[in-house]
Amino acid sequence: MESAALHMKSPLPWNGASPGAAAEPPAVELLPWGFPELDALTGGLPRGGLTVIAGPASSGRTSLALSLLAQMTAREEICAWVDASHSFDPGSAQMGGADLRRLLWVRSSNVEQAFPAADLLLHSGGFGLVVLDLGDIPPSALHRVPLSFWFRFRHAIERTPTALLVLEQEPAAKSCASLVLRLQRKAVHWSVMPNASVKPARLLRAVSLCAEVIRSRLPIPPATMPPASFSVRTPWNFPNEAWNDR
Amino acid sequence: MIYACIYIPNFTVQAIQRAQPELRSCPFAVVDETAGLVMAANGAALRAGIKPGWSVQEAAHWVPIEMRSRSRAQEEAAHSALLDLGSSFSPRVEDRAADTIILDLAGLEKRLGSPEATAQQMRQRAAEWGFAARVAVAANPAAALHAARGFHSPAVIPPGEEKERLGSLPLEVLEPPAEMLATLHRWGVRTFRALASLPTASLSERLGQEGVRCQALARGGSFCPLIPAPPKLQFEEVMELDHPVDQLESLMLILGLLLNRLCARLAARAQAVAELLVDLELEAGQVQNPAPRIPASPEYKKRLRLPVPSLNSKALLKLLQLHLNAHPPAAAVVKVRIKAEAARPRAMQGGLFLPVFPNPEKLEITLARLGKIVGEENLGSPEWLDTHCPDAFQMARFNPFEKRGNGRQTRSQPAAGVTGGGGQTALRIFRPPRPARVEMRDESPVRVNFDGLRGEVLAAAGPWRTAGEWWTETPWQQDEWDVELAVGRRGIGGHGRKSTRTWTFVESALYRICRHLKSGGWFVTASYD
Repeated sequence: MESAALHMKSPLPWNGASPGAAAEPPAVELLPWGFPELDALTGGLPRGGLTVIAGPASSGRTSLALSLLAQMTAREEICAWVDASHSFDPGSAQMGGADLRRLLWVRSSNVEQAFPAADLLLHSGGFGLVVLDLGDIPPSALHRVPLSFWFRFRHAIERTPTALLVLEQEPAAKSCASLVLRLQRKAVHWSVMPNASVKPARLLRAVSLCAEVIRSRLPIPPATMPPASFSVRTPWNFPNEAWNDR
Repeated sequence: MIYACIYIPNFTVQAIQRAQPELRSCPFAVVDETAGLVMAANGAALRAGIKPGWSVQEAAHWVPIEMRSRSRAQEEAAHSALLDLGSSFSPRVEDRAADTIILDLAGLEKRLGSPEATAQQMRQRAAEWGFAARVAVAANPAAALHAARGFHSPAVIPPGEEKERLGSLPLEVLEPPAEMLATLHRWGVRTFRALASLPTASLSERLGQEGVRCQALARGGSFCPLIPAPPKLQFEEVMELDHPVDQLESLMLILGLLLNRLCARLAARAQAVAELLVDLELEAGQVQNPAPRIPASPEYKKRLRLPVPSLNSKALLKLLQLHLNAHPPAAAVVKVRIKAEAARPRAMQGGLFLPVFPNPEKLEITLARLGKIVGEENLGSPEWLDTHCPDAFQMARFNPFEKRGNGRQTRSQPAAGVTGGGGQTALRIFRPPRPARVEMRDESPVRVNFDGLRGEVLAAAGPWRTAGEWWTETPWQQDEWDVELAVGRRGIGGHGRKSTRTWTFVESALYRICRHLKSGGWFVTASYD
């Protein structure tokens, strides 16, 4: 008996891995956003975690999600987009580089369908990225969703390679989220052709965005970093010498 | 050379017992309805005194037993299963009769073991597949055949001992012509041994070459080589029900039984289910139409296409259950038929560093469940239609496992340098487009009102004219604008009688608006996000 006790107290390296000991949290794999400024701010999108991107209309939430989608499908991962308001644009996704054949698009007509659909997808497993698009749902409707749904989501993807990304106007997942980002639109860039014969000769060129971390459970980097600024461009190309920024 | 024979005694009865296992414990007879005679009976019925050839009335009067009509479909399914059973042991299988197959086991000793072990395995697997089979192994096909038909327990006849071991069998096993059999019986010749000991020349003078052939067979010889049957990849299981089944749970039990058998047969042929066709025959005169979308038909057919060939009978059953729950049959079911289109199983090399992938069977079940929540039409991968009309796509079946380069249409490709990376603006489409009231000044929009909101245009770009389908009856032509709006909400300012309606501008956003040139109507079609 005494020898057994001594053995348990022995300072061998494997002693810390005994069943009673608290296990160290596993290393979190972070997926790059596709924007270096955002990667520097957050470290990336955590696999096995719930990430919320909140912001008003035209704040770049969808652009950010599609950027991530393009990278995930380029890595031959299977992705799902649960669309609570029928607003997903396949054209934007394809122009952004996403492979639509690797995308499962679930069109739901309301929140009551979107949440169970996302729950099914997360529990079925095997998806690299699941996007729950609630971007057009008013915050008041989302506050009525039971908090248990968010807990189910978090537990379903914990220790799995699936990343859950939620697009909202106001963050509703509360403490279940591993990372909460708030996006704001800083400026809209238009280009004009000075000597155009047809008026108005103007093009939407880019949108400058600003992202700040509201909550982060990720070990790196510290959440006290200043907001990151980056921009998204329109997909059409035009010769720079003919068009000038406004 | 070594051969094995698998023989299913009382095949007509066993074909029905295989489809309806509950009949094994009770006496029943198989009836030829056209002749009104008892064709065959199971062991319990034979012990009760029923004899084949009796009339149905006579048998029913003798002892109350279950009566079943002969089922050709179930016999064909049982015969196919027997061939698949043989194929699970050897690639060279002769289809000797509906109830008999002969296998060439040459070169399979290392895989199958000793002849005794082989015979035992065959009998055991046959039992798993619903057959009470007799098995024999011998050095030639004829000896194996006669041993299987003559002996109840698995028989292994070493080479050179055929004459001795087969000697005790009755002459009926040889199936000689009836006239010859009667002659031999008159001579007192009733066993293989007695026939084998007759002088060949005298036998030839009296019974001719047929007599000599029968004597050679009785001595353990063989005349014709094994003729392997070409593999028939037809996988079908049928069950005719005695009583109409109207409960889904009971139907699922039947489907589960049939699916298990079908998957076992496919596995024996190294095949998997690529497509499953379920055909339910409904009770005549009872067909109702519970839902407008289900046509009233005496048949109920469902074709399940799988993303990858599968042998997972549980997953297939779950898929069927989900479909039947969503679209139940309009009447009770009297006959179930399941047919599988076979394909080679999917072979995939795993790897530690490969991306995660959903399990195909699990994904299919998830899709079926999602279809139940959001509707099957709202599920899949977007696929462009062959038109330049904005937002013209259809939902294609989601199958990430299909091979690439299948010629699917692509409308636009990503701009150079953006593949695999973001940095592009995205649209959020309003479906349907929201009607708007637009005020223009100098051919440019200055105010956009929609959804009870008022938008002051801060900047605008356009118009971009698109048109198409002018050669059809539904042409489209529109002017598009990209606008930055300061969106205001209506409020009430002031007090009492001096109160006025005011607009509070709370946010700004980027929208795409368009004007249909044909109708002149304005719509907000999307927002940039």
